[in-house]
Amino acid sequence: MKIKDIKKILSAKLVIGEEWLEREVHTACGADMMSDVLAFMKDQSVLLTGLCNPQVIRTAEMMDVICIVFVRGKMPDEAMIQMAKEREMALLSTDHRMFSACGRLYEKGLRGGATNR
Amino acid sequence: MNDMIKMQYVVPADDFTRAGEASSSVKRKLKLMGVKPEIVRKVAIAMYEGEINMVIHASGGIIDVTVTPDMIEMVLKDRGPGIADIDQAMRAGFSTAPDNIRALGFGAGMGLPNMRKYADELSIESELGVGTTVKMKVNIV
Repeated sequence: MKIKDIKKILSAKLVIGEEWLEREVHTACGADMMSDVLAFMKDQSVLLTGLCNPQVIRTAEMMDVICIVFVRGKMPDEAMIQMAKEREMALLSTDHRMFSACGRLYEKGLRGGATNR
Repeated sequence: MNDMIKMQYVVPADDFTRAGEASSSVKRKLKLMGVKPEIVRKVAIAMYEGEINMVIHASGGIIDVTVTPDMIEMVLKDRGPGIADIDQAMRAGFSTAPDNIRALGFGAGMGLPNMRKYADELSIESELGVGTTVKMKVNIV
């Protein structure tokens, strides 16, 4: 699944990262607690979160996350957008809630990856 | 990469928006040095959890990073309140972080367990009222 597919499936707004829309996403993770995100290493993944602060971008950076989806219509601020730009990440914002957003992506074949590594 | 490379970072107190800058910098530098992505990620996550802890619990501190051809060592030193019971702190889910920190997405009690998970070696020395020193090593080979 590509970032552009996620955008479409979630009727999401692209906040930044037009140039990364063709990038392939292998796995996904949905969490509001950043340490839960950090507990499982994934490759080329997308992070869905209801949290909206600079530490989300940093957590994503440490995990090599390539795309962050903010659920419930949350919008990152300018500072976060700038951070994401420097780190070559795409940011999306969807009005769907966490459960529905994850469900829609799962339904289209995106998976969470190994349970524990 | 024959020589030993040393880096030092000062982690500022109570500035949550900047927490993680040191780990971010180390991650970029290791990448430039050509360290394997999985190793870089292990170092970045372990150090980031430690750095966040320093900001949440200890009013910042100092991180020394040493890179040799065989391993990456991180020493995180703070003059915070110290850890009363290290075994308890190591338990997944145990946290003393206040609600305002939880609202920011941390304080799930996964910091130290994550550090143990990603570091090949972890040691913690702590004295109440004096501070905490966390040493972590990630092997390159």
